[in-house]
Amino acid sequence: MAKNTSSSAFRKIDVDQYNEDNFREDELDSSGNVGPDESEITSLLNQGKHSEALLAVLQNAPLGCKNQQIKDNALNITLRVLLSIKSSQMEPIVDALEERDLLDVLMKYIYRGFEIPSEGSSGHLLQWHEKAFAKGGVGCIVRVLSDTNRA
Amino acid sequence: MAERHTFGGILAPITCHAWNKDRTQIALSPNNHEVHIYRRDGSDWKLLDVLNQHDLRVMGIDWAPNTNRIVTCAVDRNAYVWSQGDDGKWKPTLVLLRINRAATCVKWSPLENKFAVGSGARLISVCYFESENDWWVSKHIKKPIRSTVTSLDWHPNNVLLVAGSTDYKVRVFSAYIKDIEEQPSPTPWGNRMPLGQLMAEFKNTTAGGGWIHSVSFSADGNRICWVGHDSAINVADTSIGNQVLRLKTEFLPFLCCDWISPNSIVVAGHSCVPLIYSLDASGKLQLSARLDQSQKKESSGISAMRIFQSLDRNLRTENSDTWLESIHQNAITCICLYAGNKSNTKKISTSGLDGQLVIWDLASSLTKSMQGLRI
Repeated sequence: MAKNTSSSAFRKIDVDQYNEDNFREDELDSSGNVGPDESEITSLLNQGKHSEALLAVLQNAPLGCKNQQIKDNALNITLRVLLSIKSSQMEPIVDALEERDLLDVLMKYIYRGFEIPSEGSSGHLLQWHEKAFAKGGVGCIVRVLSDTNRA
Repeated sequence: MAERHTFGGILAPITCHAWNKDRTQIALSPNNHEVHIYRRDGSDWKLLDVLNQHDLRVMGIDWAPNTNRIVTCAVDRNAYVWSQGDDGKWKPTLVLLRINRAATCVKWSPLENKFAVGSGARLISVCYFESENDWWVSKHIKKPIRSTVTSLDWHPNNVLLVAGSTDYKVRVFSAYIKDIEEQPSPTPWGNRMPLGQLMAEFKNTTAGGGWIHSVSFSADGNRICWVGHDSAINVADTSIGNQVLRLKTEFLPFLCCDWISPNSIVVAGHSCVPLIYSLDASGKLQLSARLDQSQKKESSGISAMRIFQSLDRNLRTENSDTWLESIHQNAITCICLYAGNKSNTKKISTSGLDGQLVIWDLASSLTKSMQGLRI
C-alpha cells in the first residue's frame, strides 16, 4: 500500500522532461530593443514635457527583453517619470495612453514599482493605479497577470 | 426574461451541459464522473438516467441532435458514445482515443458522422465509426500543437476544425477522413486538406497573453472568434486575409464564446454576466448588450464606511457577504445555443460553477439595447 504522507515533493517531479517535444515558449526577437533613451527622457522631463516623456518610455519598454539589466534600467527611468507627474496631470495622460494601447504597459510598471518601494512612491503609484483601473478595469490587471512578458 | 434552473437540489458546479434536439432533455455533469439526463416537466426537472461509466471527472458532453447520440469525454482519458435503447436507457460504447493525458473537450461534427476530442496529450483525436469492424476509430492530429487543447469547434463543411490551446495559439486544422467522406471543396482557409493539415495559426498576442479558453466558427465558416485569459475578444476573418480584430475588454477573463448572428458574438466567463459584442461596419468590436440587466452599478461605489457599518449592525467579525448582483453567482463555464442557430440565435443557455442553468431570451434584451446596430 502506498503510504500517506504530507510530503508534496512528488508534485515537483518534472514528468514531462522525458518527452521529446516539450512546450517551450516562443523566443521573441527583441535584440534590437535596448529600452528608452535615458538622456532623451531626462531632457523631456527638464523641459516639463512629462506626458511626452511617459509616452516615450512606455513605447520603448523592453518587455520581451531577456537582459535583466536593460529591464531594470527601463524600470528605473519609468518610475522616475511616473513619480515626477503630479496627480492632477494623471487623468489626461491616462486617456492619451489608452488611445495608443499603452495602458497595459503602464499597469505593468505600476505593479513592478510596488515591488521596489522608495520614500512616498507607493502612495503615488496607488494614485496611478486608481486612474489606470478606472479606464482599463479589471481586464487591465488580468492582462498584467496573464502576460508572459514582464516589465 | 431569464429563466433560472437548478437540478435535483445539488449545488455542485455544472461542468458542462448539452441539449437534445427539441430541448426537452438536458445532459449535464455535476462536476464528477457522472452525466445526468434530465427531462423538463413544466418548471421541474425529472432525472431520467445517470450515465455512470467514466472513472474520473467528465470534461465534455455533446448531444448530436439528428442521430440522437451523446458523446462524453473525461479525465480518465476515455470517450463514450451513448445511444438510446428501446427501453429508453442509454448504452455506452467505448472509444479508444489512444491518449496518455486527460481528454478536455469533445464536439460532434455537423453531419454527426465523426467527432473530435481535445486532450492534455497535445493532440486532437478525430473519431469516426468503422462499420467493418463495428467500432470507433480515432486518428490523431499532433503537429504543431505544443500544449493542452482546451476548446474545439467544427466548420460547417464538416471537414475543418478550429482548436484553442494553452500554448497561446488558435489553429485551424483539416479533419478530413478519406475513408468516409467525399473530397472537400476549397474554402477560404485553403484548398488542400489532407488530415492534420494546418490551415491557419493565430497567436493570442505577440506576448503570450494567456491560455485560449474557447473558440468558435461563424455560421458561414469564414470567421473564427476566440477568447483567452487576457480578457480580450478576437475575431479572425478570411475575407480580409486572416487579419485579427482584437478588443481588450475591462472585464474578468471570458471562458466561453459563440456566434449568435453573422456579426455578433456572445461571451461569458469569470465576470458572471453574458455579454454580446458586435462587429460594426468599420470592423470594430463593440459591446452591444449586457444580458444580465439585474446588475446595477452602485452610484457611489462600495464605500469602506458602509461595509464597516453593515459589519457592526450584524455583529459579524468578518465580511462574508459574497452575494453578487448578477443572476449567476459564480463563473459561467458553458454556453449552448438553446433556440436558433449561429446565424440567428433566439435563446442561449449558460451554466457555471454556481450550479445554475440560465436560459436567456436574446430577442427581448437585444431590441432594447441594439437599435441602430448591425446585428
